[in-house]
Amino acid sequence: MKKGVIVGLLVAAVSFGAGTYFGRGSKQDLTISSSTQGASYSGGFKPEGVATTPGAAIRSVAGPAPANVVVVKDGESIQAAIKASPPGTIVRVMPGTYHETVYIDKDDIRIIGVIEAGRRAVLDGRKQLNDAILYSGNNFVAENLEIRNYKGNGIMGQAGNNFEIRNNLIADSGVYGIFPQLGKNGIVEHNVVSGIADAAIYIGMSDNILVAHNDVFDSVAGIEIENSRHAIVEHNYVHNNSGGLLAFVTPGLPIKDTVDVIFRNNFVVGNNHPNFGAPGSTVSGIPAGTGILVMAADDVVIEGNVISENKVAGLIITDHAHAQNITADPESEPNSDRVKILDNVMLRNGYDTITEAKALLLAEGKVGAKNLDIVRVGPSPGSCIINRHQYVTVGVSDFSECEFTNTAATVNYLLPPVPPREIKPGERGKVVYLGICTGCHTYNGRMIGPPVQVIQALYMDNPQGLADFIARPVKKRPDYPEMPPQDYLDPETRLAVAQYMLQVTN
Amino acid sequence: MMRALVLLIAAAGTAGATGPAPTDFTLNTSCPPGFEKTTAGVCELRTLYQFYDSLENRGLGGTRTALPPHRDGFTPQQIDLGRYLFFDPVLSGDGSLSCASCHDPARGFSDGRPTSIGIHDEDAGRAAPTLWNVAFLKRFFWDARASSLEAQAPGSLYSRREMGNTPKQLLASLNGNAVYRRLFQETFPSDRGPITEQQVFTALAAFQTSLVSLNSRYDRYVHGHDAALSEREIEGLNVFRSFVARCSECHTPPLFTNEQIAVIGMPEPDGRPFDIGAEPILGSPKLKGGFKVPTLRNIARTAPYSHSGAFADLHGVVEFYNKGRGNAVPKDLGLYLHWHISDPKLTEAEVDRIVDFLGALTDETFLPQQPARVPSGLTPIKRGK
Repeated sequence: MKKGVIVGLLVAAVSFGAGTYFGRGSKQDLTISSSTQGASYSGGFKPEGVATTPGAAIRSVAGPAPANVVVVKDGESIQAAIKASPPGTIVRVMPGTYHETVYIDKDDIRIIGVIEAGRRAVLDGRKQLNDAILYSGNNFVAENLEIRNYKGNGIMGQAGNNFEIRNNLIADSGVYGIFPQLGKNGIVEHNVVSGIADAAIYIGMSDNILVAHNDVFDSVAGIEIENSRHAIVEHNYVHNNSGGLLAFVTPGLPIKDTVDVIFRNNFVVGNNHPNFGAPGSTVSGIPAGTGILVMAADDVVIEGNVISENKVAGLIITDHAHAQNITADPESEPNSDRVKILDNVMLRNGYDTITEAKALLLAEGKVGAKNLDIVRVGPSPGSCIINRHQYVTVGVSDFSECEFTNTAATVNYLLPPVPPREIKPGERGKVVYLGICTGCHTYNGRMIGPPVQVIQALYMDNPQGLADFIARPVKKRPDYPEMPPQDYLDPETRLAVAQYMLQVTN
Repeated sequence: MMRALVLLIAAAGTAGATGPAPTDFTLNTSCPPGFEKTTAGVCELRTLYQFYDSLENRGLGGTRTALPPHRDGFTPQQIDLGRYLFFDPVLSGDGSLSCASCHDPARGFSDGRPTSIGIHDEDAGRAAPTLWNVAFLKRFFWDARASSLEAQAPGSLYSRREMGNTPKQLLASLNGNAVYRRLFQETFPSDRGPITEQQVFTALAAFQTSLVSLNSRYDRYVHGHDAALSEREIEGLNVFRSFVARCSECHTPPLFTNEQIAVIGMPEPDGRPFDIGAEPILGSPKLKGGFKVPTLRNIARTAPYSHSGAFADLHGVVEFYNKGRGNAVPKDLGLYLHWHISDPKLTEAEVDRIVDFLGALTDETFLPQQPARVPSGLTPIKRGK
């Protein structure tokens, strides 16, 4: 009986609100769509090789597993193993506790923890170390680890492509739990991340990303997609953060937009944790109690999520102008364009909302609304919604009906592993010659070192001799400074550059 | 040091085929170090970074990340003519200053002063930024008010606080010089008529894009030589890119700048008023006090630091960041500090390691040759008093 009253009131409120926008009467016909029968959203990304059917979905992006395996045991150093390993190595880490920062600046390194009867390899920063794992290599994999008590990040990537971060347990580890940045083609799945002072999972300036099946909680932000394109966030359990799912354009970053993000089939529940974001951080401005927050991101699809018990609102759509603690960026488009709200289950959101939202409800004549599912402030051109009547909303009355009802046609945005670029020795030799040798040698003139013509005369039939000389030069000429060793070039490159140098003609 | 000595000897008169002839001015027909002369006769940059990719082709990321798109494709003659112009004080209003007065190759293409001194001992207002790797930049001046090297040049040439020249006088003095007329004709053979401003700006841009520094020990590490960095420097790299210090969030490899405008809240030296920076250029009060993020390549060579030289050394700069968000912001200024400005609480050792690492970004192997004489007959590089 009581429930019926509330529903009745809400329907009246929605109608009234719509009326104020459209200038119609107090009644509006409901447009009812079925999410299983309508057209499907096919996303904004269609390159070669992207799956279009679930059976063809890419589940791995890091390429074939390397054959080389090293084992690190409790008491040993993971970093020492990585340092000693060539690119293309699985570093298997046995259960135990490791107090170190691990960095990976080479390709094809996989750090795989071994879990024995629930015992994991634990990286413990003891609140003294900055980051647990820093990687910049491509095809990086981190699995089955436990990371705790770091000050900076759990796992941070800088420009590595084709990464997989999977099955890790990360707690109380600083600013971000998992933070790939400036990378392309990556998977973050089956991680349990909690107690993070900014975003538990933060996809920053990255493309073609899947974030799935993660459990993120007790953090300021659950999962944040920022200045990134073509990301799917699905099947995650996002609870008791200050804000659950975020799609942001943050000003002042070199990549200026967030485009094509799908939030679907997530549980976004009770994200009411007091906000403990650092003063000045972007997330410190999130009202505690926000389910999903879209700020200046474009083409964000919200579908099939269970969004409940978020006390401020289930979904907030805003722009830079309405976010008070946000700095400015003239090069960033500040509005959330083309937000697409499909069917979601929204329950008991907005029961203790903020004053601004209450004022907006009042402005739309929604007097007495006890809940609030969706709030939109600031321009949001091209946005759409289906079955809008089911939600308690402010600011979405001018959204059109979406031309699709589901995202089934968009399986994922991952790409097949990109094979490494093949560099022919001759090409490498030429670039090393021009990029390094020409600093001291010209073809026919005196510079720091003798002319190339003179070197050619000496070594014309002996490129290996020249390659050996540059690795360990000896002083030959009293009127020239001694050549510094070029042993930082690998032997193959030294030979390639010697061969190139011996045949240049100008 | 050795390198500088060698250059001095070369400049003193033993210059070979790549330097100016002692009795007349000729233009180099070869490309500068690092450049390949293409069949079209222009110079294109070659670097190992071309074997890497970057997200959205932005040239930002981690170790093996491609460089941003850059300017090249100038002729050897344009580059070499630009070199003469760069060092020739005839470009200033009273013949007292060349470009190299404030962008001195011996001082990392800066001048070692907190703020530069322009014509008639005018305070130029801000520090001279390094010119290393300007080929990769899209915005010029600390406040990003020019969007190309050609647009930057008149900003300095005609500023009353910098070189104090006028277009009329500049063109009159160049056109009045037979050597320059000949060199410009040789450089721009299809152009008829007198020397133009555009030609001057093109040549200056051509020379500056040849100032490439990508062969530091850090670069050797990137390209696969682990031993190129010492243990301390690697520790420093890891602090530098950690999310506690967050240096690399704005000083992003491979150029160690993301070229954004950032409001940092650095102090002004004693007695200097607060500098509003890019606010009027971008028309954005939220960017009051914002400046372009400078590159850190060759940073050890360009003390003092900040837009107005508030810090005598690198340790001082890192210490400033470590003192916490807003530690030097005057009250009631209402700055919107960049969110990466935090309160990192680095240990003293971590501060030292960052400074160690910054030292590994030094590379001046492609230092251009300073001409012994310039066509005007004036003394190349005169410094303000």
